[in-house]
Amino acid sequence: MVETFACSFQATELDARDGIGCVVEKLRALGMSETRAGEVRIALAEAVNNVVEHAYAGRAPGDVRIRCNLDNEQLWISIWDAGMPLPDNRLPPGNPADVSGPIEDLPEGGFGWFLIRELTSDIQYQRANGSNELSLCFEVELKNR
Amino acid sequence: MSLTSTLTDTAQIVTVNAERIDAAMAIQFKEDMRAATDGGHDRVVLDLSTVEFIDSSGLGAIVAAMKQLGGGRRLDLAGLSPMVDKVFRLTRMDTVFKLYPTLDEAMAADGQ
Repeated sequence: MVETFACSFQATELDARDGIGCVVEKLRALGMSETRAGEVRIALAEAVNNVVEHAYAGRAPGDVRIRCNLDNEQLWISIWDAGMPLPDNRLPPGNPADVSGPIEDLPEGGFGWFLIRELTSDIQYQRANGSNELSLCFEVELKNR
Repeated sequence: MSLTSTLTDTAQIVTVNAERIDAAMAIQFKEDMRAATDGGHDRVVLDLSTVEFIDSSGLGAIVAAMKQLGGGRRLDLAGLSPMVDKVFRLTRMDTVFKLYPTLDEAMAADGQ
């Protein structure tokens, strides 16, 4: 079994929320567990937020295209945008934020790439022809298959 | 999104009336929390029972809400759904906040 589906939306916070919701609903309908679908949602939301907040920062919101490829063992989600490249054209390390200090020094951001790396089994990034393609891989077990 | 505030003898309960705290509402949440918790008890319990999802922006806004309490006041969290709980544990924020499965348990614990 291989299922492929896609969606696209404008890079705004509200359109991104709806687009991510559509992808997650589709995964549930295809038999992905509530827990795994929730984890995919966390990672996908972080990746798409990065596109909205950084890739298209300071310019009119462009398109975000998502393509999913699901088989019995893996889900690959590719996220395409025509915004600015990742810094140095490569994936950020995604180190865990330091939460050991006093309350007033706690970080209020910088969790995104760490969450993406924790929840995926593989990540690939390509910059080509003025666009970014980020692919996230998740190991999955489907019910009722 | 809206917040509802209830004062008990020992704590202020702030209930989040929203399914999510995400990038689209993180700033509003932080500002609403500032208004809701200005003055009052040292212990604030944030009831997240209706919240099914938070992203890193929402997490950052909850951290900011605790920081802006200041003066030794604390923010405890109650009613975490499995996905919200997961985000706190993955980022080790479960070592910073006291997390309670339900509001009743948070109130029974009374901050001890």
